[in-house]
Parts: sequence; C-alpha cells; structure tokens
Amino acid sequence: MAQRNYSLLGPDAQRAVETGLATAEWYHTDIPRKDMKTLMKREDRPAIRDTIILFGAMLGFVAIAIALMPSWWALPFWLAYGVLYGSAMDSRWHECGHGTAFKTGWMNDALYQIASFCMVRNPVVWRWSHARHHTDTIIVGRDPEIVAMRPPALFRIFLNVFGILDAINGWGRMMRNAAGQLDPEEASFIPEREQAKVYRVARIWVAIYAATLCSAIAFQSWVPVLVIGSPRLYGAWHHVMTGVLQHAGLADNVLDHRLNSRTVYMNPISRFIYWNMNYHVEHHMFPMVPYHRLPELHEKIKHDLPVPNGSILAAYREVWPALKRQLRYEDYFLRRSLPASAKPYREDLHTEALGVPAE
Amino acid sequence: MADWVDACAVDDIEEEDLIRFDYGDRTFAIYRSPDDAYFCTDGLCTHENVHLEDGLVMNYVIECPKHNGQFDYRTGEAKRAPVCVNLGTYPVKVEAGRVWIQI
Ligand code: FES
Repeated sequence: MAQRNYSLLGPDAQRAVETGLATAEWYHTDIPRKDMKTLMKREDRPAIRDTIILFGAMLGFVAIAIALMPSWWALPFWLAYGVLYGSAMDSRWHECGHGTAFKTGWMNDALYQIASFCMVRNPVVWRWSHARHHTDTIIVGRDPEIVAMRPPALFRIFLNVFGILDAINGWGRMMRNAAGQLDPEEASFIPEREQAKVYRVARIWVAIYAATLCSAIAFQSWVPVLVIGSPRLYGAWHHVMTGVLQHAGLADNVLDHRLNSRTVYMNPISRFIYWNMNYHVEHHMFPMVPYHRLPELHEKIKHDLPVPNGSILAAYREVWPALKRQLRYEDYFLRRSLPASAKPYREDLHTEALGVPAE
Repeated sequence: MADWVDACAVDDIEEEDLIRFDYGDRTFAIYRSPDDAYFCTDGLCTHENVHLEDGLVMNYVIECPKHNGQFDYRTGEAKRAPVCVNLGTYPVKVEAGRVWIQI
C-alpha cells in the first residue's frame, strides 16, 4: 500500500469513499434482543457513585497538596490530582459524549461539559469527531482520532504522554474558535448549524483561563495554574497509556472491530480512571452499552472475540515490537486470531486491506 | 392518498420497544410506548442511515444504535446530536389486535 495519508481532506479519504470503506456496515456478534435491551439499560446510580468518588478524590488531593506546599510532599498529591483531571476526565468525556453514563440527560451533559473543558476538547467539535471515529474506525483518511498512525508517530505519542501536543493544539484551536473561526478539517464534519455553539464554548473557556491566570498573578501563586489547565499536561500519561492500546499495531481499513480494536484486562484503579474502556472491542461493537455493563457484555460475547491481553504490561509487550516493526515496514500489523467458537473474519471484505498479516 | 397497511400484531412489540417493518423498498420502525400507544417512523436514522431497529427505546425517545443520536418517536423530532434532521412519522391505528400504519 502507498504511504498513508491521514488528512480528512486527502487522497485516502477520497479512496475510502470510492472503495465503500466509508460509512460501511460493520460486523456485530449476535446477541438476542432481550439480552441486548438489558445490557443497554440506563441507570444513574453507578455514574453518580463514581462521580462523587472522582470529585471527592480531586478535592481531597488538591486540599492536601495545597496544605503541604511548599514541601515536596505535596508532589504525589498534585500528581494524583493531575491523573484524575488529565486522564479520568478523558473517559468521562467519552462516556458522557455517548450519553450512556447516566440515565438522566442533564447529568451526562454537565459532566461532558466539565470533562471537555479539562481535556481541552471543544464539546461540540469532539462530539462530531467521535461520531466519525465510530462510523469509520481506523479507516485512513476518515477517522480523525487515529492515535498510532503508520508509520507510528512515536515522538508525537511520547510528547502527548505529557499532554504537550494535544493540549497545545486544543488551546490553539480554542483561541481560533473563540475568534469565530473553524479549522477546515473540523468544518468537514461539523454541520453549519452547530458551528455557533463551537465559538460560544471557546469564548467561555478563554474567560475561565484568563481568570485563572489573573488570580495566579494577583496572588503571586502557582496554585491556580496547578489546579486549572496544567493538570492536562502533568496528568495526561494514564489516558495516553491506555488509549494507545485501543487500536495500535492492529489492522486498518477493515470493517470488523475484532481486527482493529483491542480488549485488555486491567487493574481496578486503571479501570476506574478509564471507565472500563479497556473493553474496547465490545464498546465499538455496541456503543449503546454503558461503561458499567461492559464487563457483562464481555462475558456474553467473548466466545466470538480474540482473547484479551492479560494486563497493560502484557498488551505493551505485544504492541511495542509491532510499532517498532511498523517504523520500517508500515504495512505490518498484528492479526488477532479468533477462538474456535468465533465467527471467522470475512476475508472477502478484507483481502486488500489486510495487507501482510503477522505470523 | 396514502394506504393503510397491516404492519403487525399488537403483541409483536414489547412495551417500550420497537420492531422493524419493511414494505416494498421502504423500511419503518414501529414503536410501543410505555403507556401502550403505538407510533411509526422512518426506519433509518437521519444521521447516517443506520436502521433504528437495534436502538433503545426510553419513554418516548428512540436512541440510535450507532452514535446515540436521539429522536422523539411521537413527533420525529431530533433531540440529541449527532442527529439534526427530524425523522418522518406516519399515522398509526390499532384495530382488532393489529397495528396499521398509513404510508
Ligand atoms: S447513524 Fe444514527 S446517530 Fe449516527
């Protein structure tokens, strides 16, 4: 395959439309409607509990960190706060963007707005971008949320461990949106009628950052900046660590999430921060299922899915060599084998896109 | 003048649920609300033409299975992004245990 072009306005985008890869029908494991209805059922309770724990922990860590300043003992508390701000908010943004975390609409919307602010992702822009990620998952030129490209942009990922590129990009776009302008790529997936909302949110954010900076100057203190804004940098590592595992090293330009997404068993703390998005194949196949039901969904359909990686470390043991190999040979990817109980991949749909599978 | 078409039996649809109904080359979604009323809309989501049959009915809202866009199935009104365009709706009547739609 010729070198991949990830621009949403480039030749690969055009090719995906021409070859029927864009907006196509994807494989789903069969689940009886009755079971699916139970799995999709919305509840407020789990997300209210988790949100109380999240905000309670954030408040607690910040209070202790401030009380301990200027001692170095404050550092671990700032780092813990940072992970909740710069990583747990990523998964809250994600779940509430789908509208599945809470049963009550305004609760989803409120947490979505807060999480979008923390992650510096315009809530309107990113709702549309994420819809595209679900329509055209890892379709080159169509999916705006591909993290590990081919060849993998490892330095870019490394910088994002500290939030550097994503946050700076987000703040740059915020300024542009606040000035009433939209990036041409954003304009390609946001309907015109939604664009005024993009600008309004960006202006509110600029006001919040301005107030934060003013209070830091007025009080001659770093605290306002450590609480608002900078945790997006120093707390980003966990969401990058887990996010890379979602699709990296796997196939692109396919129509079966079992080929391009990865489920990884994770420890309970990471699962709390990540809100169960480690069940990623399951989430992509059935985005209607709330995060707290994903383990149940996993049990129901695992007979039809590749065997999950046993831990974050085990997943990186698989991903890292694959990424290194893609640096030299970008058509390389890991083909996940299916258990005997699974419905086989449709080779007829994927022959071209599959390229050269790993042994 | 649109015709009345016999679509299904009242018990073919569970309470607070929907079924798909195909007629010629057209496809529809027929809903049974929590208070036992019946409604009919176009079957395909106005965002990306995904069928609503696998979606979730919550009170008077149908949530699309692809990107969680929502419509009020009584009026077809688009309620939640990424859907912006309303769904077409069709008159429904129930007679002798059968659901009829006017299409
Ligand atoms: S296809 Fe229905 S919300 Fe996108």
